[in-house]
Amino acid sequence: MEMRAVYAECLAELMTQDRHVVVLDADLAKASGTRKLYERFPDQMFDCGVAESNMASIAAGLSSYGFKPWIESFSPFATRRICDQIAISISYAKQNVKIVGTDPGISAELNGGTHMSMEDIGVVRSIPGVVIFEPVDETQLRAAMPVLNSYYGPVYMRLFRKVTPDVFGPDYRFDLFRADTLRTGTDLTICVSGMFTRDVLDVADELAAEGVNCEVINVHTIKPIDRETVIASARRTGAVLTVENHNVVGGLHSAVCEALALERIPVSALGVPDRFGEVGKIPYLRQALGLTKEDIRAAARKAAAAK
Amino acid sequence: MSMDWKACCREIRCDILRCIGHLGVGHIGGCLSVVELLAVLYFEEMNIDPADPKKPGRDRFVCSKGHAGPAVYATLSNRGYFDKAELLTLNQGGTHLPSHCDMNLTRGIDMTTGSLGQGFSCAVGVALGSKLERDGATIYTLIGDGESQEGQIWEAAMFAAAKKLSNLIAFTDYNKLQIDDTVAKVNDIAPLADKWRAFGWNVIEVADGNDAGQVSAAVKLAKSCRGGEKPTMVILNTVKGCGVKWIEELGSGNHNCNISAEQAEAAIREIRGED
Repeated sequence: MEMRAVYAECLAELMTQDRHVVVLDADLAKASGTRKLYERFPDQMFDCGVAESNMASIAAGLSSYGFKPWIESFSPFATRRICDQIAISISYAKQNVKIVGTDPGISAELNGGTHMSMEDIGVVRSIPGVVIFEPVDETQLRAAMPVLNSYYGPVYMRLFRKVTPDVFGPDYRFDLFRADTLRTGTDLTICVSGMFTRDVLDVADELAAEGVNCEVINVHTIKPIDRETVIASARRTGAVLTVENHNVVGGLHSAVCEALALERIPVSALGVPDRFGEVGKIPYLRQALGLTKEDIRAAARKAAAAK
Repeated sequence: MSMDWKACCREIRCDILRCIGHLGVGHIGGCLSVVELLAVLYFEEMNIDPADPKKPGRDRFVCSKGHAGPAVYATLSNRGYFDKAELLTLNQGGTHLPSHCDMNLTRGIDMTTGSLGQGFSCAVGVALGSKLERDGATIYTLIGDGESQEGQIWEAAMFAAAKKLSNLIAFTDYNKLQIDDTVAKVNDIAPLADKWRAFGWNVIEVADGNDAGQVSAAVKLAKSCRGGEKPTMVILNTVKGCGVKWIEELGSGNHNCNISAEQAEAAIREIRGED
């Protein structure tokens, strides 16, 4: 199932339970998978047209009136385009707005460089008070949606909107502020967020056969990062690799480095090498930006050898 | 019993000068220009209770030109929201009265504003919220004329008209001045009434926005449009720095200017007609 379909299903459930849950679009409801909800929830769905700044501040106004607004757009327009509205109307004013940015990083594919947010986490991470969450699969997204809705305060959710490979099983227990350790190992800690998580698990399995045991941590919440889990793992393994669909500046790598700044443990990075995106399908973009499974495997070997 | 607007506005003006004068610097011009509006809203038109500042269903005021905070604080304290002595803490470290309005710090402030253009959108969101709740509240908001150069103002204007938010009454403090020069010279917003009409709003123009009688009549007319199809914009032709001759004469220099304690005292005497 596509992630956006799961997201829309969860929103529908939340809106059914609580008429104060409202959703605002900036002419991308179809892309976000929520267009069909307009007929079902005419008093809870509002399309603001192509005006993201207005959408964000209107959501803040609705929040001040006791509503629980969710706003949606492509990730560059849900973050860098409206960072002042997120900062002032939403977070500084302590408003309860959920911000959903779809098609993060290279998943913008054919929309190309203009629509490809390599910096969205960096932009939002520097604004005090905003939680940043990136789900990896359907199970985690389903578990997270009601938790995000009942958490009072701004959250930015970075949502890959197409089909993703399964990572979590039916027994999964979600904690917004606790990272998930997916594999335990002694030689290297790999911190991963978002769309590369399944590949990192595969790489960990392959390296285990070579005698390199990787601990894999899914850092679904990049801010506030689960320092305890990351530091404890890094101390055990003595080396860390971060893997992300984002610029290596400002995103998961930066967050992990900040957490480990006093630990004297090498932290290697695999992510977008501080450059803009370009048009292309995901396999091409992974090749062009050095983000293939082979790149992950090579980076993990090198990182494990770095200590 | 009719309200003594002159006395009411005189008190608010003196309190603005007292608190900014105590500090020595502040947004004097754009505070003095909106006193009549604030007096009419808080002392006559708004359904509010100073004893219960968060009462559900109350009317709300969003000061989108957030730098007029001191004028709102002076009005709120005169209306009984907090002690007048607190006005002297304006902009001091740890104060509840920051230069720009903050709903989480100040009793009676309905929205955090200061990044221009955003407060107006927030007010539109508040008006939408009130409409969804069907609580009958009227949502008032004030924007600056310089602020009207922000694109977000017009995004929100379009949305409010499209959603028929007739519970929203907005005001423009049209004092014709902004920080760098006159509005006409920097980036003219004229013809302002035509723009709002073209965006689908009722427009009421007030010849002298520093005449409380005219402002009061305009607000009553605007309120009579509630329940219709359109939001209403009231354009207040005002004087920036209104009430103190030397401040008015500073022109665009009075947006954020220095004022000594002695100058503030003299200005208060001038307003009271004691000179």
